[in-house]
Amino acid sequence: MKTKTTQQLEQQLKRHSKAAKLEIWGRTVSLTALLLIVAVVVAIIGFVASKGIATFTSNHVNLWDFLTGKSWNPNITDANGKPEVGALPMIVGSFLITILSAIVATPFAIGTAVFMNEISPNKGAKILQPVTELLVGIPSVVYGFIGLSVVVPTTRAIFGGSGFGILSGTCVLFVMILPTVTSMSADALKSVPRYYREASLALGATQWQTIYKVVLRAATPGLMTAVVFGMARAFGEALAVQMVIGNAALMPNSLVSPSSTLTSVLTTGIGNTVMGSLQNNALWSLALVLLLMSLVFNLIIRLIGRKGRLQ
Amino acid sequence: MNSKRQNKIAIGALYGIAGLVVLILLALLGYILASGVPQLSWHFLTAPAKAFLKGGGVGVQLFNSFYLLILAMAISFPIALGAAIYLYEYARDNWVTTTIRTAIEILSSLPSVVVGLFGFLFFVVKLRLGFSILSGAFALTFFNLPLLTRSIEDSLRTINLEQREGGLALGLSRWETVTRVILPAAVPSILTGVILSAGRVFGEAAALIYTAGQSAPALNFADWNPFNISSPLNPMRPAETLAVHIWKINSEGIMPDAKAISSGSSAVLIIAILLFNFTARYVGKRLYKRLTSA
Repeated sequence: MKTKTTQQLEQQLKRHSKAAKLEIWGRTVSLTALLLIVAVVVAIIGFVASKGIATFTSNHVNLWDFLTGKSWNPNITDANGKPEVGALPMIVGSFLITILSAIVATPFAIGTAVFMNEISPNKGAKILQPVTELLVGIPSVVYGFIGLSVVVPTTRAIFGGSGFGILSGTCVLFVMILPTVTSMSADALKSVPRYYREASLALGATQWQTIYKVVLRAATPGLMTAVVFGMARAFGEALAVQMVIGNAALMPNSLVSPSSTLTSVLTTGIGNTVMGSLQNNALWSLALVLLLMSLVFNLIIRLIGRKGRLQ
Repeated sequence: MNSKRQNKIAIGALYGIAGLVVLILLALLGYILASGVPQLSWHFLTAPAKAFLKGGGVGVQLFNSFYLLILAMAISFPIALGAAIYLYEYARDNWVTTTIRTAIEILSSLPSVVVGLFGFLFFVVKLRLGFSILSGAFALTFFNLPLLTRSIEDSLRTINLEQREGGLALGLSRWETVTRVILPAAVPSILTGVILSAGRVFGEAAALIYTAGQSAPALNFADWNPFNISSPLNPMRPAETLAVHIWKINSEGIMPDAKAISSGSSAVLIIAILLFNFTARYVGKRLYKRLTSA
């Protein structure tokens, strides 16, 4: 049996101290912040997905027609009374520009990373690293503006036509992803243990043989991650590409003819359509494709990471 | 071909590639600065833009850029700090934490135009904030959060485990250890991360064109009441930033001196980002010395 005083004493002892209260408070606040970020991610995916599938659920556009149709003209209905929302030109444009810029950028980026790490670490640290770090931070509109004032006129002078198109877009994206891929490749090479190189050189291999047969092989997962990361950035880049690609929603029939990408159609179109209309919903479907592709890139990076770890 | 010769050729080629890359990158920087810096003047940096005539400036846009940057940082920093503290100091290594990390990674890899479109859908349309500084600041927050969280977490990681053990051994709670021991030690590198991310936010445009809008109404710089529509502090007014301005005048091209204005604006952006970079390095080093008496 407890008297009143022991009850009070018990309460007093069981009560959280000031420090314990503060601890609970701090923990709750920081957890809330973290959950807020997760909520943002869920909300973005949820909202874009629900808007993006409206084209197929409420406007009854066939998904297959959307992905493979070659004419994009949401304002016009075709002979069968269906709206023309074929997204293939934009999807092809986006993939083409991403793959081409990655193909051009990869040898340069890896070559530079090898130079920075293996051949002349001194010059690498003094010149190349600060320069690449700085260029990672240049805003994409600046790249677009330079593309517009330098690359497009050059392309026009060499190949004729308007100068706008996939080729100009590739040039701009090449320079844009180069610093990112270079610095990530350099990190990958840095993580190759020093004794790999020593063992190879001790076996009588030349420096190039060591680089080619040992260092690059050992760093392959990291280098692949760097390239995929660059591709993800190229795929999602909007304004720089939009400024130089010409914005004609046509199947690209040559590298120098005006065409468009998912992002360029989105940036030019979304402000000119009415919310909830088919034209608007079709654009959101493009945004959904963009979102899904960025998830796919993320997945690829993860898979490479997991495979690389097992070896 | 013997292997020695091959070696020489390969290394020569690598020298060539590295040289070419440096050349491209320096040419890029050189071009921006050479074509932009001659445009800069006090008038250019302070005058309002003119839509159809020559001789406009970027004063309003420049102000908008900084105002948005400060608002976005003010919203995103506390959230990122809290999230990073929980992730590094509290979270156990289990599937929940892994999922949360994946979510943050996904957010950081989302194209900024998608983040901008979400901002448009949610803040501009659903919450009826319209094209406003506030919508823009939220969009920038989403864009900035994952990067800032990661950089703060990396800063926390650099603090030795002994510091935490020391704090706990003195009878401090975990939260007190974090706020009194860990954070002060991590301030220099956190600050470096914040300044670097400020540079990224400053140049962002794709997330803003459909949230903060593409128009810059004239401001009355004598009116500092945030509730007046022409006040620079009003968070509900549409605000075109410098980066958006470059995009806008280049894709519409009705301004007779669009090219000169874009060159000037690009130079301002680059110089601002260079400044952010150098400040980050300098402040980091300086504060580290000051706080650790090293």
